[in-house]
Amino acid sequence: MVELWSGYAWPTIIIVLQIVAIIIPLLVGVAYLTYAERKVLAAMQLRQGPNMVGPFGLFQPLADGLKLFGKETVIPAGANRVVFVFAPMLTFLLSLIAWAVIPFSSTMVLANINVGVLYLFAISSLGVYGIIMAGWASNSKYAFLGGLRSAAQMVSYEVSIGFVIITVLLCVGSLNLSDVVLAQRTVWFAIPLFPMFVVFFISALAETNRAPFDLPEGESELVGGYNVEYSAMTFALFFLGEYANMILMSAMTSILFLGGWLPPFDIAPLNWIPGPIWFALKIALVLFMFLWVRATVPRYRYDQLMRLGWKVFLPFSLFWVILTAGVLVTFGWLP
Amino acid sequence: MAFLDRTARGFFLTELLSGLGLTFSYMFRPRVTLNYPFEKGPISPRFRGEHALRRYPNGEERCIACKLCEAVCPALAITIEAEPRDDGSRRTTRYDIDMTKCIYCGLCQEACPVDAIVEGPNFEFSTETREELFYNKDKLLENGDRWEAQLAANVAVDAPYR
Amino acid sequence: MIVQSLAFYLFAAILVASAVMVIAARNPVHSVLFLILAFFNAAGLFVLIGAEFVAMILVIVYVGAVAVLFLFVVMMLDINFRELRSGALQYLPVGITVGLVLLVELALVLGTWVIVPDLAAVSGAPTPAPDQINNTHALGLLIYTHYAYLFQAAGLILLIAMIGAIVLTLRSREGVRRQNISAQVSRRRDQVVAIRKVPTRGGV
Repeated sequence: MVELWSGYAWPTIIIVLQIVAIIIPLLVGVAYLTYAERKVLAAMQLRQGPNMVGPFGLFQPLADGLKLFGKETVIPAGANRVVFVFAPMLTFLLSLIAWAVIPFSSTMVLANINVGVLYLFAISSLGVYGIIMAGWASNSKYAFLGGLRSAAQMVSYEVSIGFVIITVLLCVGSLNLSDVVLAQRTVWFAIPLFPMFVVFFISALAETNRAPFDLPEGESELVGGYNVEYSAMTFALFFLGEYANMILMSAMTSILFLGGWLPPFDIAPLNWIPGPIWFALKIALVLFMFLWVRATVPRYRYDQLMRLGWKVFLPFSLFWVILTAGVLVTFGWLP
Repeated sequence: MAFLDRTARGFFLTELLSGLGLTFSYMFRPRVTLNYPFEKGPISPRFRGEHALRRYPNGEERCIACKLCEAVCPALAITIEAEPRDDGSRRTTRYDIDMTKCIYCGLCQEACPVDAIVEGPNFEFSTETREELFYNKDKLLENGDRWEAQLAANVAVDAPYR
Repeated sequence: MIVQSLAFYLFAAILVASAVMVIAARNPVHSVLFLILAFFNAAGLFVLIGAEFVAMILVIVYVGAVAVLFLFVVMMLDINFRELRSGALQYLPVGITVGLVLLVELALVLGTWVIVPDLAAVSGAPTPAPDQINNTHALGLLIYTHYAYLFQAAGLILLIAMIGAIVLTLRSREGVRRQNISAQVSRRRDQVVAIRKVPTRGGV
């Protein structure tokens, strides 16, 4: 009995508490990401953004969440009920489980597995299922078109993300995310691999269906894309999942290229600040770039999107993989 | 050389970066938003808002039931019935405006020979039910009493151009 | 150990059940979704035996890319599976034969350890313990040294398949106007706009 307690029950409780400690700040972050998005967009368009609920509109996300909770879930008559309800749950779930391997500091990581990068890549490649299932199960033309677009788009951009990750891994020599971060102690990979950083960032925009690649939900031609038929909590889950994915991709960018929890320079006042705060700051910076791009660039046309993915990014990233490998081998810098 | 220039431009994303720079600089410009319920924009004296029926300073209603406004109204929103009053003057017994039909063209106030029906500066008269927007004579006269100071000023300002 | 065996039986049971559902489901899209579930549980089994690299690659390649394309195609097909399946019973003998052959071969694979007892020592010998070398590293060492030619050959086969697909679908049509984005972007104002003084009633 004692063995059962100390062997299984107690570690389980600890792990559950750790999961809660990751997920609660994440959900709060998602809520305030929507607020930040509206504020930043407003600022760039000379508007004010939400400013009525609470001081500076700070309670706006809570009010929005409450409103969505109180609404009625409508399931269309022709919809495939099980898949229809399952799709938003899947999207939300996938956006949360990826956080298991993200290292917040040299010691704070839920599961320090050896194939952390692959795990992240696998989870982010699954994100398309929630959308494609939603599009199909809604039994609506617009939703279906949104789902199809999303499937093609995410598969295309995953290829170049894969090559970018390979480039980074060549420089690290390990698939473990903590090792990836520790390999950047001298210099962040964003500097020697700057072109790959740009490619990764743009592909991350496409992977999370953000402007200028938000074709799956293109309001102007698809009404709302895959989530037209969703309402109330099912819609809220899509929304949360999408924004949690944005935060996840930013975390991935900062781990792969911006040195994760490491301070920019390992000197006195900078390394007093604890790692998780540096990590959060870097995520916030990348997220700001997401919003900034949304305020600047108009939506791509579909064929342009495909052209960019297959004819520009794929050869370019392939070229850089070979170049990086060549340089590493020639100078004997392989880790 | 032109080719090199073009390729370099493409590879260094110069156009994207200049666009990003522009939006970033806009972040620090002053907002142009009017905080509506607390701040309001200026309104022209010719503003065509909610209707009102005016009175003379002695309290007599101006409308003489000539029905010009009813005739000119392109949306057929005005309904007037009239008969002589006890003192022999011709007055309306009924003056209804269906505000849901009204298109706020201002033809009624231009047609009025005695400046009785006017469109005032008030544009915040939304209601919760449709019925409340079927204005009758009492409502219109009450509007006139409430807004008289401003209505008179607007008519005076606009008079030279009529 | 109890937890491991519980996890194994859970994964294995769901894997078999969803594999059955792949062929039993009425709706083809449901079939594909069950297939994805099966892939997942197979990945879970791989993790249980300590092959996390293979598990992740299974999820990335099969679930993340191949099954998406399956789903893509199946969703757009308008097929009535009940009609399609009406004649399925006549293939039953062939199906049973193939199944039996597979079963016997599987039994033979496992049986070799019994038939040739030395074989277990041979296959077990070069494998270092999982805590000495992680299995990404181990796979790399094996693929790029011992099996380098086979690996290259596999890559060539995939390349040929890809070229074949491109050749089959690529056709050059006459009279198609294509957008040339770089030409559009590099256009300058003085190349395309001419400012003329137009005399009154003169026309250009």
